Amino acid sequence: MSVASTENAISTGRITRAFIYLVLILFVTFYLLPFGIMVINSVKPLSEITGGNMMALPQVFTLDPWFNAWNSAQIGVDPTGLKPYFWNSLKMVFPAVAISTVLGALNGYVLTKWRFRGDTLLFGLMLFACFIPFQIVLIPMARVLGFLGISGSTPGLVLVHVVYGLSFTTLYFRNYYQVFPTELVRAAQIDGAGFFRIFWRIMLPSSGPIIVVSVIWQFTNIWNDFLFGASFADQDSQPMTVALNNLVSSSTGVKEYNVHFAGAILAALPTLLVYIVAGRYFVRGLMAGSVKG
Amino acid sequence: MMRPHFSQNNENLGAGIMVDQTNSSVAMAADYAVPTAVKPDLRTRLQKLIPKLVLSPSLALILVFVYGFVIFSVYLSFTGSRILPVYDWVGLENYEKLFRLRNWSIAIKNLGIFAGLYITVCTAIGLGLAILLDQKIRGEGFLRPIFLYPMALSFIVTGTAWKWFLDPGIGLEHTIHLWGWESFEFDWIKNRDFAIYTVVIAAVWQTSGFVMAMFLAGLRGIDNEILKAAQIDGASNWNMYRRIIIPQLRPAFLSAFVILSHLAIKSYDLVVALTGGGPGRATELPATFMYSYTFTRNQMGIGASSAVIMLMTIAAIMVPYLYAELREKK
Repeated sequence: MSVASTENAISTGRITRAFIYLVLILFVTFYLLPFGIMVINSVKPLSEITGGNMMALPQVFTLDPWFNAWNSAQIGVDPTGLKPYFWNSLKMVFPAVAISTVLGALNGYVLTKWRFRGDTLLFGLMLFACFIPFQIVLIPMARVLGFLGISGSTPGLVLVHVVYGLSFTTLYFRNYYQVFPTELVRAAQIDGAGFFRIFWRIMLPSSGPIIVVSVIWQFTNIWNDFLFGASFADQDSQPMTVALNNLVSSSTGVKEYNVHFAGAILAALPTLLVYIVAGRYFVRGLMAGSVKG
Repeated sequence: MMRPHFSQNNENLGAGIMVDQTNSSVAMAADYAVPTAVKPDLRTRLQKLIPKLVLSPSLALILVFVYGFVIFSVYLSFTGSRILPVYDWVGLENYEKLFRLRNWSIAIKNLGIFAGLYITVCTAIGLGLAILLDQKIRGEGFLRPIFLYPMALSFIVTGTAWKWFLDPGIGLEHTIHLWGWESFEFDWIKNRDFAIYTVVIAAVWQTSGFVMAMFLAGLRGIDNEILKAAQIDGASNWNMYRRIIIPQLRPAFLSAFVILSHLAIKSYDLVVALTGGGPGRATELPATFMYSYTFTRNQMGIGASSAVIMLMTIAAIMVPYLYAELREKK
């Protein structure tokens, strides 16, 4: 690889270019293989998986594993399929993403355009919260959720995700607003516009890219979270990731691999979809903040 | 008279980070000057208070749910708590027990192997792919999302996919046998000595594309004029990368290191889904150790002390980094 990387576009020879493409294609295979094979095998009958070759295309095409995973697979004690857990996840994700993004936007606005003594220290305190290992808050969190009477419930999980996502959204908006021309804010101020009016009329209309970043980040993280779901949810609020893990690691009966795969893809679909629709903006927006910062 | 004065200051503020950094004290003074310069009636005083009011709920949440909880966990780690928190002070007993536990030393050793390899390999692949993609590759727009999509998946999904793909009885090894290479062996996931490397493989698969995106953004941000000048001076491509381009990627290296190292220490779900900590305890990590000691073995005091060690490890990396970042920017 080091051979290929020494070359620059302007002067790469034909052989080097062929080599570059070869390496890139190898990596395409590496990234596509595990997930791609899972997709192929999710539409095979079980006998073709246990008795056959995982790379082979299905001889009999069937969507039964998908219906099974969605509607009727045994998860924990009930044969409910993943459907109820999918809704649990949605009910948790939407409020959590919305609240943490709004709070993050307001925080970023205050921290860049209404600075006060000690604001950098406060921001530092918030920023460090992005990086704490969540293990350190598990025990007290379980106690506090119980104390508030929302343990094992969707509102409880929303609270947890808002709190631990807040630091990220604040970071994104703060970095974004930092390069937003402050003279516009000052001019509006002199014209008599207040705090919220400036936010609403001046900041928000140009916050599109960073809202996309914040929403995608929060959506992916919260949808994909396992630790909090496994620790703080009960039957009625368990998110998709926890249910999937229960499905895949259940040790009773025959391992229905095709159902597991269909379930795993179902669990991955929302984030993949978000990523396919808006991933480009995500990377661009994220990099605009982090590389500059 | 007021307006030119303000706009002059504000140009400094708005002219970009560089100016913002060097003139921060001036800029901040200007910020303070704004509300007081205008006639301080009730409304302006209220306006002055609003920003802090808006910030305070978030701040309260963070103070209680992050720092308050950290203090609580630290305190618990000095108590004899088992299934429920109790508040008897036992000093360093939990830490002494913790470091005598074989499970913990296995977890630490595994984290060393995992984090070291994960960070190095992700950075190498990320940088390599970014450089290759930066060679005016046809189909870059098609390749990038393929390298990146694993990042959108949950570690549980990644673990499920790889667990099966690496399973010798049904996955890769079985397939290669069917293709006629009967002696092919790849049973790492079932092998105590190698299972931890399968965690590395799956984790690298998930994150390396993201690291690539970071480096690619860094590469795209490099001033072309410098490169052209270097080329005119006869610099070889190798030297351009070694002397000019890669040194300029320092911020990207730093961000990658920080993100990867904290992801490594927090790794929990991937191990749960891929190996369940096994075979035996071969892929136990501090995060899985903490969970099982606290919630299934009812040794809350020891669980809390292991969480404190994890936090201190992350803090040792993060605090200097954040301090440097924020001081620079201010």
